[in-house]
Amino acid sequence: MSIAAADFPLWAAILVALFLLIGSSLTFLGALGLLRFKSFYERIHLPTLGTSWGTGGILVASMIFFSVTQSRPVVHEILIAIFVTVTTPVSLMLLARAALYRDRTEGNDTVPPMAPDTPKPEPIVHD
Amino acid sequence: MMRAVLPYPLLSLGLLVMWLLLNGFSLGHLVLGSIIALLAAKAMTPLEPAKPRIRSWWPLLHLLRIVAGDIVRSNIAVAQLVLDRSHRERVSGFVTIPVDLKDRTALTVLAVIITSTPGTAWVEYHSAAGLMMIHVLDLRDEQEWIDLIKNRYERLLMEAFE
Repeated sequence: MSIAAADFPLWAAILVALFLLIGSSLTFLGALGLLRFKSFYERIHLPTLGTSWGTGGILVASMIFFSVTQSRPVVHEILIAIFVTVTTPVSLMLLARAALYRDRTEGNDTVPPMAPDTPKPEPIVHD
Repeated sequence: MMRAVLPYPLLSLGLLVMWLLLNGFSLGHLVLGSIIALLAAKAMTPLEPAKPRIRSWWPLLHLLRIVAGDIVRSNIAVAQLVLDRSHRERVSGFVTIPVDLKDRTALTVLAVIITSTPGTAWVEYHSAAGLMMIHVLDLRDEQEWIDLIKNRYERLLMEAFE
């Protein structure tokens, strides 16, 4: 059994709209911050707005909408949330560590040195 | 015997739950999903993935609740930082934190927590020295962040994994 879009109950419509707004605004703010912030390490924080509650809000809205229209719980969006949460750190760390490695090999003072007792990365010398 | 059929119970359970979420619950899908979950876990065996040893589940549930709240709060905080037009002097910087966790799964969970919380990003971990480095977007007090990670997250992870 499913509900036509015209018969969609008001309370659910308000909830769906609210969560959609929260999710999309946070994603938008993340993108805006990515433009506005200056350094690489600052910018790396902004996409996490989109991958945490940005995605979260949109997924909750989707769950409510399809659960109501199909009159059964639709929860497979949880899988999207899990996979986004688990994979974000991988790409984020790759980017951050690549930047850190480059800054250190270039002798950039703004990044702290490696932990004590570790050899410094050798500058790459081309023969 | 149990070991031969179910080499990775958590993995199999996860796969089964995923299968049921994707296809909807029915007896047929329960059977099919179970078979696939068992076969997939068997296929994983030659890769010998590290098996997480979870000592107790309660701290993990407690941690999940804390982290969910923290993520909401830091989402709001970072959104405010983006909208802040006053150009207040905002300092961002690296913080080095000594961690006593050794368990790989626990460290992975910690990395996921720190990264999925907007405003903090895990940058480096040095296993021999037991030091990790995070980058904080709005850094006011270094000690505050060290205390936060150690008392709020690491303690619970220790209870759960070590």
